[in-house]
Order: sequence, then structure tokens, then C-alpha cells
Amino acid sequence: MTKAGGAKKILGIFGRMLLLLVLVSVLSFVLITKAPIDPLTAYVGTESTLSQEAKDEIAEKWGLNESLPVRYFTWVKNMLHGDFGMSITYKKPVIDVIHERLAYSAVLMALAWVFSGILGYALGILSGMRRGKLFDKVVKTFCLVLQSAPSFWLGLLILSVFAVQLGWFPIGMAMPPGKLAAEVTLSDRLHHLILPVFTLTIVSIGKITLYTRQKLIEIASSDYILFARARGENTRQLISRHMLRNTALPAVTTQFLSFSELFGGMALAETVFSYPGIGTATTAAALNGDVPLLLGITLISALFVFSGNLIANILYGVVDPRLREGGGYV
Amino acid sequence: MNELEKATSPVLEVQDLQIAFSMYRRGLRKTNLRVISSLSLSVRQGEILAVVGSSGSGKSLLAHAILGILPPNASTAGSIRYNGEELTPALQRKYRGTEIALIPQSVDYLDPLMRVGAQVMGTRGSREQQRAAFDRYGLERRAARLFPFQLSGGMARRVLVSTAVLSPPKLIVADEPTPGLGIEMAMETLRHFREIADTGAGVLLITHDIDLALGIADRIAVFYAGTTVEIAPAADFKTGAEALRHPYSRAFIDALPQNAFRPIPGTQPYAGALPSGCLFADRCPLRSDACGGEIELRAVRGGEVRCVHAS
Repeated sequence: MTKAGGAKKILGIFGRMLLLLVLVSVLSFVLITKAPIDPLTAYVGTESTLSQEAKDEIAEKWGLNESLPVRYFTWVKNMLHGDFGMSITYKKPVIDVIHERLAYSAVLMALAWVFSGILGYALGILSGMRRGKLFDKVVKTFCLVLQSAPSFWLGLLILSVFAVQLGWFPIGMAMPPGKLAAEVTLSDRLHHLILPVFTLTIVSIGKITLYTRQKLIEIASSDYILFARARGENTRQLISRHMLRNTALPAVTTQFLSFSELFGGMALAETVFSYPGIGTATTAAALNGDVPLLLGITLISALFVFSGNLIANILYGVVDPRLREGGGYV
Repeated sequence: MNELEKATSPVLEVQDLQIAFSMYRRGLRKTNLRVISSLSLSVRQGEILAVVGSSGSGKSLLAHAILGILPPNASTAGSIRYNGEELTPALQRKYRGTEIALIPQSVDYLDPLMRVGAQVMGTRGSREQQRAAFDRYGLERRAARLFPFQLSGGMARRVLVSTAVLSPPKLIVADEPTPGLGIEMAMETLRHFREIADTGAGVLLITHDIDLALGIADRIAVFYAGTTVEIAPAADFKTGAEALRHPYSRAFIDALPQNAFRPIPGTQPYAGALPSGCLFADRCPLRSDACGGEIELRAVRGGEVRCVHAS
């Protein structure tokens, strides 16, 4: 790859990201303005005693009477200045709400992503190696069940078993209620994190396990494994020299490509465990007709999923020699 | 054993080899599908034995059986002896990659994500041996740093041959080593085999390119539907159909463009639908009642043939 070619590629990627954000913002903005939510009523409440004149004045001030494109561009212009609007639900600027809650969600997602990746990859390799044996059948069934079960149901199941019946973990929130924020210890936080992380890990593990298993089986029957065996490599050497190397890249890529599922699973897991992250904020915003917050979260999630895809693409280019050193020798 | 006997003693003797695959048919009924019914051949030291036959005649399976790399659902019967010793799975594990080497068809048999040098070295060779092998076949040092997809056709060929010569091999099994190669490159590859054979190794050359086999092999074995039908000196094949013993090998030679270019009707029977007696009977001009029984490979005019009519 030449230097100019590389720069062009990067520019192209940013162009695509920009286009994606514009499209997502237009689409969600139009959808939400067509939804039966009146931002004014949502703001002042249905029981409000505010006079019609006062309401009209607010509407005028907010620009609610303007045409759709004008309202959209006002919103975009404010966003470009870092003003995402005020969240009605939390009575705080949207940017602060997202900032605060993203930290919680990021920890949750990062842990679940890493655990499901490592565990799923290991399970996939082990069950692929024991193809058709009992272990493989158990893992396969387990993954298929997890893949088809709705994640909120799994979350409720885990909650009722481990928190309610066994009482090992708190039933929700990110820290013990009634404790001052300054007194909350790291172990308190971890204790509250375990069940949501466990749920999200379980929800995400099926895909990566089945994918790795499939890939391993495919490679195990490949010509190059046959030849390596013919040259005296034993099973352990076949795995460490060829199979891990050839399954790792597709597995890591799949894991990055599943950012969208991760985000969706996170929202459900958080709701079940009342965990104060982006997921619960989304639910609250939707229930309260909190338009600015909803739009802000939509943009953030689009950006998040796009980064996952982008990293997967870049990884292929950097790690796979067939792409990295493309072209012949002569 | 005196020197003369040693020089001509077989490195490899395959006798009545059978290979069957167990598979599920129609639901859960497990059946054994016999794909090789009776293969016999021997390879002597310093000799190239070419194995020819159409696809589906069992050539590659023979190679895999010798190296012990058949799939798990395969079962074998008969005997494979290496230097007079029965080649058990333990011995196969011991010898493959050192004394017994497989040379595969194409660069697809190399790990796409591993540099060529490390692959040629394998788990049983050293860096020095790999360099020596590369020098021997005129490969540059820096070729070791390449990935398989970066090799040109000619380099790939030489890399594959060099995997076999790290430690001096005693038996080389080359499975279709010249597919789709230009005549010059194919000849170069075969010359490498001749060189290896001349150092005292036995070479089993599996090919369906009989022209090339004729030019380089000492003897030729013809396979048909999982059996050896004839083994004869390469000279007999060069002489033409009249010097051969089995009607199938004659038909094989006659079908070549430079000879009569005349195909015979019919197809090789499929495994699982094999007739009893001679497998070639239904396409054979010499067919008689005698063809229905069990037919053994027997010596005729300095070769071996599986046909009751041969003389």
C-alpha cells in the first residue's frame, strides 16, 4: 500500500462515517418529529396550568413552529457547538447525561465483550476439536439455546436465581442504595456489576463460540492441515502452529462486528438490573418523550457500531498478510 | 543381505490393500463403503514407480494410507510394509516428515498465514536444513520470508519439493505434483524426483499425466476402480499396446492423442456398486465366463497383471 493510497483510504473511511452520521441523524430526527410526542407537553407535563399564551411563547422561543429542515439544521448547528439540548428526564444537559452514563455502560460492555470473546473462542476451539462428541453437542445446544432465547428473559432468569433465590448478588443498581457516594467501595461496585456482566456475556457468547467452532472444523479438514500432519506434526503442534493462528483473526473480527448486538444486549441487561447506564437512560427517555436525549443516544450508538466495523476492517488489513503484503514477489 | 539384494530390495510393499469408509446412509443406517478393493505394488530403492489411473481409481487414498493420514472414518485391511517392516500407525508417526515424505499438489497445502521458511522447516527440521534445501533448488534466502500466496508457480513447486528433502528421505510419495504446469516446469519437477531417486530413495509418483510418467518412471502401475490391474516396466508402455498385458492398460495407451486417440465406451464402476469378479469385464473385448471369479495379480512377461486372459 502506498502512502498516498493509505491517506486516500483513511479519508474515504471518514467520509463514510460522516455520511452515516448525517443519515442516521436525519432519519431519527424525522421519525421522532412524526412520532406522537409533543416536546412542549413532554416538557411542561400534561397537568400543567400554564396559559396558552405562555405555551405559544415557549414554542416560538424553541422554534417549534419553524419548518422541519430549519429545525433540523438548528439542532445540528447547536450540536456542532457541543449543545445537544437539555434532557427533560434528568434535568441536565444531554451531553452530561450521556457522559455520566456512558462510563457505567462502557465498563459493563467492555467486560462482557472481553469475557465472551475469550470464553467463546476457547469453547469454540475445544468443541470444534471434539466435533460430534458429547462435549461438542452440549456446547452447541447451549449456544443455540442462548442465541434463540430473548436476552431480557435470560436476564430475568439470572436475576431470579442468583439475586432473589440464592441471594448472592444485589437485585439491581450500580451501588448499594442509601449509601453515600463517597462511601461506596470498589468491591461494592464490582458486586453490583457481576450479574449484569454475566448476563451480557452469556447473551454474547453464542455467536463467537459457534463461529469459532465452525471455522476450526473448516480448517481441520483443509489441505494444509493434512499436509502438516503428513510432515509429522502432532495434534498439539497442529493446533498451536496452524489452527489458532488461522482462527484468531476471524474470531477477533467477528467480535468487533458484533458491537451492535452488544449495544442492544446492554440496553436490555441494564433495564432488567436497573443499572444506571445508557440502556436505562434510553428506556427512560423513550417513556418520557425526552427527544433531545433519545437523539443524542441514537447518534452515540451509531458511532459506536461504526467504530466496531471500522476496527474489524483495519484489523484485517494490518494482520492478514494476504491483504497487508498484497501483490506478488516477482 | 548382500549389496545387490540391498540395492533392489523394496522400500515399500503394498499388498492387497483395502480401504473402506463408514458412512451413514438414509437416516441412521451405517454402511461400509469399500473404495479400494485390492491394491498391490512395490517401490524399490532408487526407483520411480508411477501410478496412473483416472480420477476415482484410488490413487490419492493410497498416498494417504501410506502416510497414515486417512480420515478417522476410514478403515484399512491388507498390508503396507516399509523396508520389510509392517507400517503401523506408530511407525507412520515416527517416519512421516523425516524418512517418508509427501509432496503435495499445490501451494494450497501450505498454511496461508505462515512464512514459507518456517513451514519448510516444520517441526522436524532445522533452519540450516531449510537453507540447504532452498540452496539445492535455487531458491533465494529471502524467499523464506514470503507467505505462500506470494510465491510464483515455479517457486511454489520448488518450495514443495524442498519440504521433502530436509533430512534425506527414503520414500517419497508425490501426489499429482504437476497439475496444470507448463511442460518445462513439470519436467523440472520430475527431474528433481529423478535426482532424489538416484540418491537411493524410492519414489511413488501418483499422476494422471501418463506422458510425463513415461519419460521419467522406471515402472508404471495402472489402477482401475480401486484395484491394481497391471504393473509393467515403463519401456512396455512406450512400445505400445501390444507390449502390455491388461486390456484396460492397452485401452489407456490407445486413448492417448499420439497413439490411436481412441476412447473405449463405458465408465469406471463406482465404489459401492462394484460388480463381482473382474471390475473391467463389462467394458472388455476379451470378456468370457472365466472373468466372473476372483482374479489374482500374477506375474506375466516381467510384469504383473490382474487378468485371466493375459499371456
